[in-house]
Parts: sequence; C-alpha cells; structure tokens
Amino acid sequence: MDMLASLLPAGIAVHAPALIVVIPLIMAAVAAFMPKGLWAWGVTLVTAIAVAVLSLNILGQVSTGGVISYAMGGWLPPAGIELRVDMLNVPLLLLVGIVGLLCVIYALPSVADEIAKKQQALFYSAFLVCFAGLLGVTITGDAFNVFVFLEISSISTYTIIAMGAGKDRRALTASYNYLVLGTIGATFFVIGVGFLYMATGTLNIADMAAVLEQNGHDRVTQAAFAFIVVGLGLKAAMFPLHVWLPNAYAFAPNFVTAFLASTATKVAFYALIRFVFSVFHPEVNFVAMSFTWLFAVVGVVAMMVASMQAVFQTDARRLLAYSSVAQVGYMMLGLGMGTAAGLSASMLHLMNHALMKGALFMALGAFALNFGVRRVKDLAGLGQTMPASSAAFTVASLSLVGVPLTVGFTSKWYLVTAALERGWWWAVAALMISSLLALAYVARLLSAIWMETPPAGKAGIAPARRLAPWMVLAPMSLLAFANIYFFFHADPLVGLARAAANAVMGGN
Amino acid sequence: MWTPELSLALALAIPAIGGVAVALLGKYPNLREGATLVSAVLLALNVAYLVEIAPGHPVLELATLAPGLHLVFRLEPLGALFAAVASGLWIVNSLYSIGYMRGNNEKNQTRFYVCFCIAIGAAMGVALSGNLLTMFLFYEVLTLSTYPLVTHKGDANAKRGGKIYLSILLGTSIGLLLPAVIATHFLAGSTDFVAGGLLAVNEVTPAIAGVLLVLFAFGIGKAALMPVHPWLPNAMVAPTPVSALLHAVAVVKAGVFAMLKVGTYIFGPALIAATPTSDALAWIAGVSIVLSSVVAMTKDNLKARLAFSTVSQLSYVTLGVMLASPLAMLGGALQIVMHAWGKITLFMSAGAIYTATKKTEISQMAGLGRYMPWLFIAYTVGALSIIGLPPLGGTWPKLFLMQGAWESGHGLLIVALVASSILNVAYLLPLSARGFFSAPEEAKLKKTPPMLVILPPVITAAGVLVLFFLIGPLRDYLAPVFLSSSLAAEAAL
Repeated sequence: MDMLASLLPAGIAVHAPALIVVIPLIMAAVAAFMPKGLWAWGVTLVTAIAVAVLSLNILGQVSTGGVISYAMGGWLPPAGIELRVDMLNVPLLLLVGIVGLLCVIYALPSVADEIAKKQQALFYSAFLVCFAGLLGVTITGDAFNVFVFLEISSISTYTIIAMGAGKDRRALTASYNYLVLGTIGATFFVIGVGFLYMATGTLNIADMAAVLEQNGHDRVTQAAFAFIVVGLGLKAAMFPLHVWLPNAYAFAPNFVTAFLASTATKVAFYALIRFVFSVFHPEVNFVAMSFTWLFAVVGVVAMMVASMQAVFQTDARRLLAYSSVAQVGYMMLGLGMGTAAGLSASMLHLMNHALMKGALFMALGAFALNFGVRRVKDLAGLGQTMPASSAAFTVASLSLVGVPLTVGFTSKWYLVTAALERGWWWAVAALMISSLLALAYVARLLSAIWMETPPAGKAGIAPARRLAPWMVLAPMSLLAFANIYFFFHADPLVGLARAAANAVMGGN
Repeated sequence: MWTPELSLALALAIPAIGGVAVALLGKYPNLREGATLVSAVLLALNVAYLVEIAPGHPVLELATLAPGLHLVFRLEPLGALFAAVASGLWIVNSLYSIGYMRGNNEKNQTRFYVCFCIAIGAAMGVALSGNLLTMFLFYEVLTLSTYPLVTHKGDANAKRGGKIYLSILLGTSIGLLLPAVIATHFLAGSTDFVAGGLLAVNEVTPAIAGVLLVLFAFGIGKAALMPVHPWLPNAMVAPTPVSALLHAVAVVKAGVFAMLKVGTYIFGPALIAATPTSDALAWIAGVSIVLSSVVAMTKDNLKARLAFSTVSQLSYVTLGVMLASPLAMLGGALQIVMHAWGKITLFMSAGAIYTATKKTEISQMAGLGRYMPWLFIAYTVGALSIIGLPPLGGTWPKLFLMQGAWESGHGLLIVALVASSILNVAYLLPLSARGFFSAPEEAKLKKTPPMLVILPPVITAAGVLVLFFLIGPLRDYLAPVFLSSSLAAEAAL
C-alpha cells in the first residue's frame, strides 16, 4: 500500500482526487478534435492509463492515510464542493479505472468495426465524457454534484448507445427509451436532493448527515428518501425500474455494453448505498424498513423474474442483460440485509460481477467481430472456430453460476453466509434457485458453443478457425483469468468489500 | 525424501502431470497410452504409501482463499482406502481402455485420456480432502471433467444424456449441497472433518442437523439416492471404460464416500441417530435399494441394467450412514471397496461383449459364453459377489449392514437387504445362464476380442475372490474410524 501511495510525486498525489475527474473531461475535448479514430483512441488510452494509475494511487493514500477530503478550488466544505474518498468509494474508483482501461484496450478493433470512420473521434470523446461522469459520481462528496455528474454520464451514455445504430437501427429506439426513463430518474433524484436541501440547508453529504442527525427525520426527508431511491434505483437497474437496460445492452456497440455492464450500474448502486447509509441513517425507522420491505424484496424478485426472463431470450446480449438485472438483485438483497456482512457481500459481488460480465460481453463482442454473432443460436460451434474466446466465455459463465474455482463461488459463499447470519433462510433458498436459473441460461449458451456444429459457410464447408485480434483477446483473457485468480486469492477483494462496509456501518 | 506432505501433493500432481503428458503426446498413440499407464502405476504406488501412513493423519495446506476459508488435504483411513480403490482400478481400467477404444475405433482418444486423468485427480482430491470446502471443490471438478467423457460419442443421444447428467449433478450440488456446506461453516465456524463429528462437537441441535442431513443426502447427487438418480442410467451413453471406472468406481464412489465422510466427520454417528430425519432417510435408502433392483429387472440393455443395479448398491452405503451404528457404517465403507471391484468386472464384461459382437441387449447374448468362457466366468464371479455369496468380497458389507441394522433397531430393513440380494440373483445371473447354456445365434464371433478387453475383467474377478480373505486387515484398518468417532461423539453429547 505504501508503494501505491508513493506511486506519484507528492505534488500530483495531493490533487489526485481532482485530476481523476478533470483529466478525462479535458481529454474528451481533445479527443473530439482528433482527425482520425486511431488518434482519438490514443488520447483515450492515455487518459485511461492515467485514471488507472490515479485510482491505484488513491487506494494507497486512503489505506495508509485514511479518508481524503479535497476542497475543490480551495473553497472549504460545506460551502465549497468537496471531493471525498473513503473505503466505500475506493473499490468503485478502482473498478472504473482498471476495468475501464481494459475496455479501452479492447475498444480499438471493436469500434473500428462498428462505428463509421468519421464518427470515431466523436465517439471516443463522448465515451470520455461518460467516463468522467462516472468517476465524478463516485468521488464527489456533494449531493448536487452527484446529480450533475450522473447527468453528464447519462447524456453521453445515450449518445454512445445510439451509435450502435450503424449495425442495427434498433439502437436508436433503445437509446431513446433509456433517455426518457433516465431523465425521469434524474428528475426524481434531483427533486429528492431538493427536498433534502430544504430540510437541511446544505448540499454537502457529510454535512447533511450531521444536520439530519441533529434535527431528526421529518416528512420532507422521508419524501426525499423515496425520490432518491427511485431515481438512483432506475440508474442502477433496480427491478422493476430496469426496463431500459436489456435493449440498451443488446443494441449498443459491443465495447459500450462491456464498459457499461461492468461499471455504470455499479456506480449508481454505489450512489444508492452512499445516500442510504451516509445521508440517511440505517437505524432510522423508515430506512430500516426499506431494507427489509423494499431492497430485499425487490432484490429477490429480480433474482427470480429476471433470471427466468434470461432463460427464454433469443438474443445473446439481451440474455446476459437480463442476467445483469438479476445480479443487481443479488446486490440489492445484500444491501437489504442491513448488516455489515450483507453490505460487504454485496460490495464483493459488485466487483466480482464486473469481472464476469466484462469478460462475457467482451467475448460476445469478439464473436460478433469475427462472425457477426447476435442470437443465441448463432453461437453454434464457436468452440471449434474460436476456442480461446470460447474458453474465456466459459470461465466467466461458470463464474456467473457460482461454480467453485471462480469468484462467483466466493460471492455466493459470502452472500449465503450473510443471509444465514441474518436468519433469512428464505433468502438462502432464493439465492440457490436463482443460481439454478443461472445454470439454465448459461447452459443454453455453453451447449450452443461447445456441443453444436458450426453452420456451413457459403461454399458448404465449415468456417475455419479465426483468432480474435490480440487487443480483444488480451483484456478478455485477463478478466477471465481474474475470475479464477481472485478465487484463490479472495483476500484483496474481500478485504476491500469489508472495509467498504465498515466505512459506512462503523465497526472494524 | 518421500514425506507424507510430498505424497499428498503427488496424489494430485501425478494425474495432473499425466494429463499434460497425454495431451502433449496426442500424436503418438503408443506413447500416449504409455503416459497413462505410467501415471496410473506411479499413482497406485504413491497411494499405497498413503494407505500406510493414513493413521498418522498428515496434513497438507493447499491454499488459503480468504481468512477462514482453506483448501486442505488431511489424510485418514477412509479416504486412503477410497484413493487406493480408485487408483488401483485405474491401472486395470487403463489397460482395458486401450483395448476398448482401439477395438472400437473411437474418435478423440486424446481428449478422452486427458479427461480421464483430470477425473482421477479430482477423485483423489475428494478422497484426501480435509474439509467440506475442499471436498466440494473437487466434487465439482469431477462433475465437469467427466462431462466430455459422458458425451464422448457426440451424437444426439449422447448430448441428451450429458445434459441430464450435468443438470442433475450441478443442480443438486449448487442447489442443496452448497447451502449445506455454507450452513455448516456458519454453524460450526469451520468445515473441517473432525473425529466425532464437527456439528456434534459444536453442539448443533438435532433439529437443525436433521435439515442439514437431508440437504446433504440429496445434495450429494453422485450418491444417486432416489429420486436424484436419473443421471446415472443416462450417463451410460458413455463409452464402456468410462462407465466402468467412473460410474462404478470414481464418480459414484466419490458420492457415497462423501456421504460416509460427512456422516462420520461432520455429523458423527450419535448426532445422526439423534436427528429426526435419519430414520426417514434410512427408509428412503431402503426403498431406493429395492425399487431400483426392480427397475433393473425390466431392462434388457445390459449397461442400463447394470446402471440401475449400481443405484441400488450405492444406497447400501447411504443406508449404512443413516443407520449410524459403527457396524453399519463399517459395512458401508466396505461396500465402497467390494462393490467397486465387483461392478467394474461386470461393466468391463459388458464392454468386452460389445467390442466382440456389437451387442448391447441381454436377449441377444445367447450362447456367447461358449466363445468367451473366461469372460463369462469373470462376469459370473462379479455377479455372485454383488449378490453377496461367499467366498467373494461382496459378502462382508451385506453381513455387517444386516448386523448394523439389527443393532440400531431397524430389523425391518434387513428385509430390504435380503430382497435386494434375491432380486440381484434374478437380474444378474440370467446372462450367465444364457451365455453358457443357450444355443448361440451365430456360428462364430464377428471378431476375436483383443486380449486387453478380456484380461482386465478376469483380473478384477480374481481380486473379488482375494478381497474375501482380506477382511481381517480391512476391518482392523477401518474399524477404529467408526469406533473412535462414535465414542468421541458420545463423549461430546
């Protein structure tokens, strides 16, 4: 950790929390003016490397020196905008930074295939804005700022999803639907923040919490809570506010899906945790009630219904998208337990799920790149034609089911233990049933890949083996490998998750 | 030099290295089979050493996943014996595989031998595991590594069988066994195998233990307790060497071994006896024994008949665990050994008949004994051992189980055991009778079976005979496990 903390010279390290947002924002403008897609990608890559390094450095700083509070522009909180990093949002910064970097490496061949040449620079620019927005939501300590960054990331997300239209025009309606729903969500959220401002007279999250603790929670804060949960729940694809997600994931460019699936909903989920635990207090009556009667219930229903829906999808990416909704359900359930063990299991699954879905969507992207695969039945025989990508896909799929030797197993282990600790036997049953449903939909994908024969080509001969470009293979294999590596070395991720839960729940 | 720790590691490493060697030598069939045989012999030698040092309980820490979650090997007599059976029969079965796979010109032989190595490695892992977590892990590896073997033929039938195989085994293990393992960890703070029973030592109430016992009994799908047995008959689409070693020895025995180990070291006999569900489970096992024997009688396909016979014979072990008396559990442990030798003989005979004549149905096999006398003698010896006649190894488990049933006050279950033996006579011996005494349909065999498919069943049949006389040392080796564990459990309660 000391090594990470001294990764950067002190002069830069002090400003790391600001730089991690500002660099992508400025680089977005630079990328927009690049004459060629390749150059814009170069700018994006440099930015992503910088962000990954900064996130590691911030991890080092927080774990050695405790909570970082950075006063933007020198204006001290609560009047000025505060950037605040504690153990809860460090995992998210790392996730966005490192998985983001892997996605960017993967982007070059994928984007070159899917986006028109003259749009590529603008595409990378929009992506960097989205990147900055997600990092901003994660790092800011100011409630209104959360809204601003959430909108920055959302609006750019609508754009990059719509750019899937080059391959499939349905991307436009998918993006439009998301735009309508996302705007409603953002409105709900900002109304909630407005109510909180009315009740407390401040926008700084830590300050709000202090004022609320002093004044107690009245009707206004209850209304604020409801609005905020709905608004953030929509962004996090909390069942039944997830309807925008399946189409958005299915029709966006492959790179966008891989990036969003492993980061965007996670960041919104983090914001939800932040508000529920750090602004409102988990022991306040209506918050405590929402755990059992809202988050846990919604989580379990999502685990069942969305998994069931996934079983019957014909489009491969839609199938995994429904699976994502179900996996958000796991996290909601963990949150709903309202215990430190539950929250840390939830955070662990958040990280692990990013590893799985990142690898899965990247592999689907590789299949699409080589063979134009979209539907489940198009996967037939890929085990023979693209064995390396298929192997990575298989590892991540097994992880999704929770088979041992993968991180999915670790996630399940901690979730079930937390449920037992809470005495929720029905939650254990729900987790297991949902795992079996996951087995069912994953089996459809894997049996198509490994058990079917590849379709005959135009000349009537089976297509030959085709290797995905190394820029696709490398990040994908790395994520798949991480799925196994972190089973044997669960300590770092479990440690991060525990520290995250303790940061907001107290204790050690 | 040859330390216990090294030997434990080698038990996993030899099949793994063997698998790599097989994969690398894929282009040279003779060298490839050589690699399999060398690993099999080395593994058997290594396991022989393990059997000798088992009472000392050497421990090998494989990995620490997270605080409180360890992958550990801890040797004890039961596991050593299971490892010995699996590795010993691997040698015989490898010889047989060579004869069978070449005799039938099977495709993808390299993949076949590689998966075989992995599966044996996983079986070793299950045998040596020192806690439930490790056992669960290797249990799943065993399931996944045998899937390509079951679907080896690759036709629609094989795929269908493979689908059922995988969905039942993964479904039960993830849906029932995993929560049971995690709940054990939650209740007891660890998943270690402890003499006298981890749950008993931690004073878990019989009611909760009863729920867990049900989860384990059906979650260990490889033990094929009815109604989670259908994977076993469906796995018979596999080539016969797979059915022989995996579905008479490694896979199914890993299941009942896990059951026995959970019964002995997680619950402890005293706690099992105290649970409200163990009686019901004993009766389910009894029903499973009789019912699947009846189903076996209706099958004309020889391998299907043997598969249902296996379902029946596996429930003997489950029954022994649920009866929870030292004698019954000893009977269950002996059943793992004796049934393995007997059933592998029968499966290898079925495969030899198929190699020579391409016949799979019993009704077509009239008179074949005249052309293959040694094979049919071996089959008959194996069948008599399964039935439980002296002087063959299969006698002892039945005897101990009956004594155990009486001792624990379940005299009525003896009826199930006797009924099953009678049914065994009715469905196993007709093939011998028909083979020797009916007139053959054809004047001569289509093809002379290779030596390598005839010799292995003869060897195992001889083994069955020898095992009858080895009961003394076997009992002395195993009895302390059950005696001491029941004493320790009584002390704990």
